[in-house]
Amino acid sequence: MIDSLYIGWQYVTHNKAKAATLIACITLIAALPLALESLLDESERQLTSRAQSTPLVIGAKGSALDLVMNTLYFDDEVPELISMAAAEQVMASELAMPVPVYARHQARAFPIVGTTLDYFEFRQLRIAQGRPLALLGECVIGAAVARELGLEPGDSLVSSPETVFDLAGVYPLKMKVVGVLRKSHTSDDLAVFVDLKTAWVIEGLGHGHDDVTKIKDRSVILDRTSDNVVANAKLVQFNEITEVNIGSFHFHGDPAIYPVTAVIALPNDEKSGTILRGRYLTKDANYQIAEPDDVIDGLLENIFRIKNVLDAVIAVVGFATVLAIILVFSLSLRLRQREISTIFKLGCSRMTIARLLASEIAIIVLISGTLCATVVWLTNVYSNDLVRALFMG
Amino acid sequence: MIQIQGLEFGYPHSDFHLSVPSLRIAVRERVAVIGPSGSGKTTLLNLIAGIFVPSSGEISVDRVQVNALGDAGRRDFRITNIGFVFQDFELLDYLSVLDNILHPYRITRALKLDTEVRGRAVALAEQMGIAKYLKRRPDELSQGEKQRAAICRALLTRPKLVLADEATGNLDPENKTHILDLLFASLAERDATLLAVTHDHDLLTRFDRVVDFRQFRTPGAADD
Repeated sequence: MIDSLYIGWQYVTHNKAKAATLIACITLIAALPLALESLLDESERQLTSRAQSTPLVIGAKGSALDLVMNTLYFDDEVPELISMAAAEQVMASELAMPVPVYARHQARAFPIVGTTLDYFEFRQLRIAQGRPLALLGECVIGAAVARELGLEPGDSLVSSPETVFDLAGVYPLKMKVVGVLRKSHTSDDLAVFVDLKTAWVIEGLGHGHDDVTKIKDRSVILDRTSDNVVANAKLVQFNEITEVNIGSFHFHGDPAIYPVTAVIALPNDEKSGTILRGRYLTKDANYQIAEPDDVIDGLLENIFRIKNVLDAVIAVVGFATVLAIILVFSLSLRLRQREISTIFKLGCSRMTIARLLASEIAIIVLISGTLCATVVWLTNVYSNDLVRALFMG
Repeated sequence: MIQIQGLEFGYPHSDFHLSVPSLRIAVRERVAVIGPSGSGKTTLLNLIAGIFVPSSGEISVDRVQVNALGDAGRRDFRITNIGFVFQDFELLDYLSVLDNILHPYRITRALKLDTEVRGRAVALAEQMGIAKYLKRRPDELSQGEKQRAAICRALLTRPKLVLADEATGNLDPENKTHILDLLFASLAERDATLLAVTHDHDLLTRFDRVVDFRQFRTPGAADD
């Protein structure tokens, strides 16, 4: 047997291109469904675990999926905005604790999530380096953001303008990184967390500038009365919040109408949750309330329906590949008739000839199996990151 | 060494028929077989080697009636007693020269590959002047070197009989003489018998005896 394997190995290594092609075909066709299965299992686990740990999400009426995907996974698809009044309404009901979320802006392709400190408590996020949010203009970044951007406490991160062509739009805000979160293997690893007010500054609802009452440059002032000064666009606004200028930052208008993308509601108990859900089910309710678990279940049903189609496609491709491989082996046998005839003449039995050929196939299948197992193992090891990269942006 | 009596053989679905009433070849004899193409020279070698079984008659090699043995018996007899040298060398291109020489030991349980055999293979390669090519593949060798490797393979099992089928057919005149010199010297050392099919009439004087196939009745054979 060892001699057969030795001769088989010599054949395989001598015919590298043919062997490599066969190995690649077998590996791919065997690894693909297994790796896909693994990734889908992981995506299901990630989606459901986060959805199950988020009891209720309140947001604008419309797509519940967009609302949940944005609130839980900070998806690019931003739902209609609601106001902070929604959070105050939940608070006033005394049925649940509201955790407002404003996930609309980005910093170097990572979502900026404006929220309150309750969010960190609710998600059980821990600081690995630095400290939690304390002042306006500060941010705490997820572990993956820190790793990919090479940031640590003390560094700065600039929010991305909504569009580079919108010159009159919101100017980027240079945020100070004060903390890095411990890796949580969730979407929080890929987010930049700021206080809600900082998010509103990024939105342009709050700003800081020189004290207009002390400006001597008349070209900046449009109108000055005893109790009001109106400045024009020449007045320079700060694009970084520092210890020196933090006092100048202020908001205009009623904070209750400031926008958020959603409010996560954490009911006191099951009964409170049921009552709260009931309040949003009426036709005249301004907002919708979504149960992430149900929404994600619906999404998974669709994913697994697609997976069934994919499985069928893979099965057909696999069958075609197996036929092609059989064809390759049988053509190879025909080409090697002379060699087979020679070793038979030398005194080799037909059984030994079959064993020699089987050894070559076994070596190719063994290498393919090893590669397949490695691919599946690597997929399992990195499924968390792969799912994030492939399915959740 | 070889004794053939009343041999009759025909391929299924073919007009070809080989009839050898009597043929005796002595131990250590070097016999050339000549005859027209298609007259059955190679078929005779295959019958003596036990690859084919005659429809009637007897073939004995070293007092063993080969055609009376079963499949496995003929195979084991062949690999342990008979060395084959082919016109096209029939070396396996994916094995090194050394592995080609050792090949008979790797394809049967009747032979055991050990360090003594390996040593013998190297010594044989040295004798044939190809020791420095042992790690090379056949496609890196000249025609003459390939045939020398094939002879090493045939002789490694210490066969009592060597069957050569146009062994010099693909060699240039200089190589033909050299290869025959080497083959005859090796056979003499081992007291082995040679039965060689050849079309090369210039070489016939080197043999002890020539068997002309025209004496056997083979309908459909073309003239040489």
